[in-house]
Amino acid sequence: MKKYIEKANVFFETPIDFRSRVLVVVGALMLLPTFFFPLWNLTLYSNQFPDGLVIDIYSSKLEGGKTPNRDDLKEINSLNHYIGMRALKEDDFTEFKWIPFVIGGVMLLALRVVVLGRMTKLVDLFVLFTYFGLFSLWSFYHKLYLYGHDLDPTAAVRIPPFTPPIFGHVTMANFEVYSFPDVGSYFMAAMPLFLLAAMWLSRKVHK
Amino acid sequence: MKAKLSILLALTIVAALLIGCGEEKKGRGARSDVQEAALKTYVAPGDMDKYYLFKSGGHSGQVYIYGVPSMRHISTIPVFTPYPATGYGFDKESKEMLGGFTWGDAHHPSISETNGDYDGRWLFISDNANNRMARIDLRDFKTKQILGPIPNVSGNHCSSFSTENTEYILAGSRFSIPLPKGTFEKIEDYATKYKGVVAGIAVDPKSGTMSLGWEILMPPFNYDLGDAGKGPSKDWGFWTCYNSERATGKLEVTSTQKDRDYVAAVNWPAAEKAIKDGKFKMIGGVKVIDPKDVQGIVYLIPAAKSPHGVDVSPDGKYIIASGKLQSITTVFNIEKMLTAIEKKNFTGNEDGIPVLNYDAVKDAEVNVGLGPLHTQFDDKGNAYTSLFVESAVAKWKLGTWEVLDKIPVSYNIGHLTASEGDTKHPTGEFLVALNKLSHGRHLSVGPSQPEASQLIDITGEKMSLLYDAFTEPEPHYAQMIKADKLKPIEVYPKDENKHPKAIWDVKDAKVVRNGKNVEVQMVAVRSSFEPSSFEVNKGDKVTIYLTNIEQTTDELHGFGLNEYNINVVVDPGETKTIEFTADKAGVYPFYCTNFCSALHQEMQGYMLVKGSGGVASRKSPREKNLAIK
Repeated sequence: MKKYIEKANVFFETPIDFRSRVLVVVGALMLLPTFFFPLWNLTLYSNQFPDGLVIDIYSSKLEGGKTPNRDDLKEINSLNHYIGMRALKEDDFTEFKWIPFVIGGVMLLALRVVVLGRMTKLVDLFVLFTYFGLFSLWSFYHKLYLYGHDLDPTAAVRIPPFTPPIFGHVTMANFEVYSFPDVGSYFMAAMPLFLLAAMWLSRKVHK
Repeated sequence: MKAKLSILLALTIVAALLIGCGEEKKGRGARSDVQEAALKTYVAPGDMDKYYLFKSGGHSGQVYIYGVPSMRHISTIPVFTPYPATGYGFDKESKEMLGGFTWGDAHHPSISETNGDYDGRWLFISDNANNRMARIDLRDFKTKQILGPIPNVSGNHCSSFSTENTEYILAGSRFSIPLPKGTFEKIEDYATKYKGVVAGIAVDPKSGTMSLGWEILMPPFNYDLGDAGKGPSKDWGFWTCYNSERATGKLEVTSTQKDRDYVAAVNWPAAEKAIKDGKFKMIGGVKVIDPKDVQGIVYLIPAAKSPHGVDVSPDGKYIIASGKLQSITTVFNIEKMLTAIEKKNFTGNEDGIPVLNYDAVKDAEVNVGLGPLHTQFDDKGNAYTSLFVESAVAKWKLGTWEVLDKIPVSYNIGHLTASEGDTKHPTGEFLVALNKLSHGRHLSVGPSQPEASQLIDITGEKMSLLYDAFTEPEPHYAQMIKADKLKPIEVYPKDENKHPKAIWDVKDAKVVRNGKNVEVQMVAVRSSFEPSSFEVNKGDKVTIYLTNIEQTTDELHGFGLNEYNINVVVDPGETKTIEFTADKAGVYPFYCTNFCSALHQEMQGYMLVKGSGGVASRKSPREKNLAIK
């Protein structure tokens, strides 16, 4: 045990080499797309909507599919009101305010790792970011849970409370609902992999 | 796989038809090769037609939209007549546009052109009854403007025909009258005191807004049909006229005494210039050119007796006039016409308008058949002329003047329209014969008979009949445009709605009273009206601003107010104004008339009208009858 702690101490104090620092920079850059590409996509298919009603969730906003002939977010809200679901509104998601801020913070921390060049900072970044990612996922799931459970008791159509799918496909009434991560999330998921690779490359570098 | 299935399906239908009709082929009018026809016209469920066909609706006052080659009636655009199906003529905006008229006689539709080809922006259509011109925007398929009654124009039949770049839409008088309108002159003075008019309706190239361009005073003939030139003839507008006898009474006899009538040719840039130069007189409040005073604007070309249609060939070289009482159609040559004008090769004049030497202007007399009326064109240099008396279409070659083929139609064809067949670049695929009589071609529907529209394939050497479709009275001319030239919207974007009383949230719905005026700002959205009820006093002037806040295609809502004779339909993103006086006390339900959702039936409300006297103020005939009993 003592030996392990000593080893760990050495590991945490290990400086990280140039290759690792490059990887950290690349990892941080992976977060840039989260500002421009959606993190999650929900698509609802039915007979009336063979092309699917689309909602894209970005780090900072909620966007429905929009064609000259349809506003999908408005349409989904119109349909949901029959089961008494609250309208999906950007203002209801505090996430859109703090997520971009946190992502920016993470990128600054990555810069700090590059400058200070210690394994401990790198581990901090990795742990923080993983926690942030998992928390965001839980927060998203919780939002979906609330929307599906906080149903207006006076709604025209009364259905048992439910949680819309966070991942995968489910049939809801006349809709086939598909929910999957989108481009932004894939980049975001790549970030910790770069951090791990950076740790791996510098694991044996000595003072 | 899909294609195979549809062919299989088509063949099954064909087989069924063959079994069903094989025995009865004799003596039943025009027939076709069933198998070939079925394959060429079958549009499988979910598939789209290749062309839009806009048919005038005649005295129904509307425009009908068909798909070609399926010949399915897709929709109706109300133009000159109220149409509760779309709420047209019930809201303030469309009521004002209709100007109090409850019908019109929609005659000749004309798609706007750029360089002589359809650009798919607007569809213009003339009203023969109340002398109006309408413009439909092909972005949303809605009537946007009705101009008229046009001063001095009486019986706007020789209309609407677009110049090469839709600078003008041609119009004119079928029925000469004393001018200005409102003047009384004895019928015996017809030949001298009655006047015809031909006119150019100016079109704003950006907005499409129509205004009066120029009018020309003409002898009291009956101006029947027209066409605008293209290419070498682009500066000219042409009108046929019958009754150059200047006769009255039984025109059937009195107007058919001379061997020739005329085609009037108007140089419209010259007319434009005359107006600019101040060479006009004011008649009926508008600028009218009198050809007696201004030379070089109008000429008359003698044409076969009682001509009906005049059509300019795609290259703009030939002007083809069909004398409905003869068996020939006459081809005039624009170059010869210009030379004759230059050399002053005239044989007389009518009220100061020079008459050109027939033999100097004519290129050919084509022996097409009996009762030629109208001509359309394909992409291979052929012309197609409708033969009313003969009930047939003749195909003939421009230049060689040889009649190549003839196909019988059922029955008594009036106009015909080929795919983009009056433009510089006809596509030469389809031709629709717009027949006046249809008896025996459809399940009997009693004495009121529909008209027949027959689809004809014109791709081959021989024409072949493909399909019979039927239309309510009464298509005159039609326009067939490639479907991909139109890009209609299906939702009015919220940002485009400039109605000052539009609201987009049910929370903003309200009722405001101002003296005896009550304003209701109402929202329609699945599946409710907000407010769902409102109170007024008997005698109040009620204005409802109804906004459909949906932004999804096909989510229309109606607003029918019981016993108040009101039905308005609002499209997604649209606001309409409903104005009426609450002249009957009591409680009146209103409800969504255009099926919208699972809870459509629940989409309803009440107008509560306080006041004494109950329903007594306006009894329907039925109520009166009940009262007598």
